[in-house]
Amino acid sequence: MLWQALTLQLGYNATLVAIGAILLGFAAGVTGTFLFLRRRALVSDAISHATLPGVGLAFIVMVALGGDGRNLAGLLAGSAVTAALGLLAVQWLTRRTRLAEDSAIGAVLSVFFGFGVVLLTVIQTMESGRQAGLDSLLLGSTAGMLRSDALLIAVGGALTLILTLILRRPMIMVAFDEDYAAALGLNIRQVDLATMGLVMAVTVVGLKVVGLILIVALLIIPPVTARFWTDRTERVWLLSGVIGGLSGFVGAAISASAPALPTGPIIVLTGFSVFAASLFLAPNRGVLAAVIRHVAFQRRVHVRQGLLALAHGQPIYERYTVRLLHRAGLSRPDGVATEAGRARAAKALLDEKRWEILRAMPDHEAAAALYDGMRPIETVVTRDQLAEIDTHLAAPQEVPA
Amino acid sequence: MTRIALASTNGQTMTGECPETAPMSIRGMTVSYGQKPVVFSVDATFPEGSMTAIIGPNGAGKSTLLKASLGILRPLSGIVTVFGRPLNSQRHRIAYVPQRASVDWDFPTTVLDVVLMGLSRELGLLRLVRPRHRARALDCLTRVGMAEFADRQIGQLSGGQQQRVFLARALAQGADLYLLDEPFAGVDAATEKAIIAVLKTLRAEGKTVVSVHHDLSTVGDYFDRVLILNTSKIAEGPVADAFTEANLQAAYGGRLATAQVAGIPAAG
Repeated sequence: MLWQALTLQLGYNATLVAIGAILLGFAAGVTGTFLFLRRRALVSDAISHATLPGVGLAFIVMVALGGDGRNLAGLLAGSAVTAALGLLAVQWLTRRTRLAEDSAIGAVLSVFFGFGVVLLTVIQTMESGRQAGLDSLLLGSTAGMLRSDALLIAVGGALTLILTLILRRPMIMVAFDEDYAAALGLNIRQVDLATMGLVMAVTVVGLKVVGLILIVALLIIPPVTARFWTDRTERVWLLSGVIGGLSGFVGAAISASAPALPTGPIIVLTGFSVFAASLFLAPNRGVLAAVIRHVAFQRRVHVRQGLLALAHGQPIYERYTVRLLHRAGLSRPDGVATEAGRARAAKALLDEKRWEILRAMPDHEAAAALYDGMRPIETVVTRDQLAEIDTHLAAPQEVPA
Repeated sequence: MTRIALASTNGQTMTGECPETAPMSIRGMTVSYGQKPVVFSVDATFPEGSMTAIIGPNGAGKSTLLKASLGILRPLSGIVTVFGRPLNSQRHRIAYVPQRASVDWDFPTTVLDVVLMGLSRELGLLRLVRPRHRARALDCLTRVGMAEFADRQIGQLSGGQQQRVFLARALAQGADLYLLDEPFAGVDAATEKAIIAVLKTLRAEGKTVVSVHHDLSTVGDYFDRVLILNTSKIAEGPVADAFTEANLQAAYGGRLATAQVAGIPAAG
């Protein structure tokens, strides 16, 4: 069943739902990248929690007007209204009061969410509210989704994605260098508002699939994961979109084969698995790579220090250093240099002396600043400069009169 | 939005330049954080083809004046005209080089992509970056001696290299007026030389350069005009007239070491 779901063989409806979830995940990953780059990821949490009262109000209004309270388009429209109010409240509190943004987010998030829970409780007591199933908007559920709902989500996700891609340049400029962007004439507040508006759109569209409590994860985990793998902006958002889309797809597929499971947590856990793998395995920024780099560097430092000690005829105190030198065939187990060790030690000493001369030369400030005891001098000066340095080396070292 | 400011308090007259069409003219600018003005009622004119150093002690409002004159900060009062027109209609002629410390250098972007930001006005929202755009960005990197670093992540650069990338981004704009905020702060000697060479070339092409500057010993070598600031304007004009011990004493007070004043003309 799961296999059939993953290969889109569960029929037209399930396929449509899967496509909707993929588009939504992709849009969330891309939009979330710009939020992440702007370092305002948590604002999305305030936005998503602020959708809840809107959902409740929309349901009540639709029932009062004699319609079906469960109409998804109506619920989403209502959620967008209160989400926008919540967003504006955060902006206003941050700009007009002494509250920092994190405090403003906390205040808005809890108040709006609390109000929403009260509304849902009221709805539970209404006659038409018993089977409303509004709680599925908390954690997301794609099981038994209407065809029109899936279509709405797919179209909404696609539209948000397109708008985000259109606005990507100003958003990147503002995120990287706000002052420069302002000097070019960009209106920072409008760009920020647009970013938040797009996040709001993704949140609202994603309510049914991911649920409002966890949508923030779909906005944050993909870009953070993508950042592990690349240093280029366009690759971060592209990869982030792919990770988001994949998470959405797996979530929808599993949900299709096990309808009792809420979709949101599955989507988030899928994203998290990719994140965890990236955290450890990414080639440059990953934890494992960092540990390996550190250990390798520490070894180089020990060998270098050991060689310099040998060159100066000083004893080596650390057992670790001796062990490393011995393993490299540079010393005997008791720390006495071998033939090869003496040659390397002499080279290390020569390096140090050359550096000493270079650092005393005022014309080579930039090169001299690169001295760290480890870097081979050949990598910072040209062959001619090295020859020049060596003339000082050869000069007789007389005591000045 | 801009309110008409009263004439400046010190009533200095212009020294022959034409403020109406100057690359940048600031009238009665006051900027404050809260209730404390950091810049108070400053008038300044930067004539075409000139190279001006904005100098003054720490906290004198140098960077603030620059940012407010570009609309990055909103001044309490003051009018800025650029080439005789309102600032917003002339932004395409201005290039700004912010302080290096103002951005996050771990940002996922490459040197070339940063320089391409200088072309953003031309690229707009939708136009694709074409080989000719890349070629222009690369050309600007060559002018600051950074072409070989084009594909590096910006965090891998030294401070001086980062500063040169910022300058290359400004060059890419092809502007007529260049405003720089402490371009020589914390850079190596080679970078300082490279930057000043580029700025002097710009001046030779008739462009106008304004730079917040810290090192009093190089003012005479690098610049032809100074604006001495300490909240209010102390002096403005050609280096020979305005960069005097008396004016510096007025701006820096006890903070001016005598060693720094050595070689500065006492007249004025």
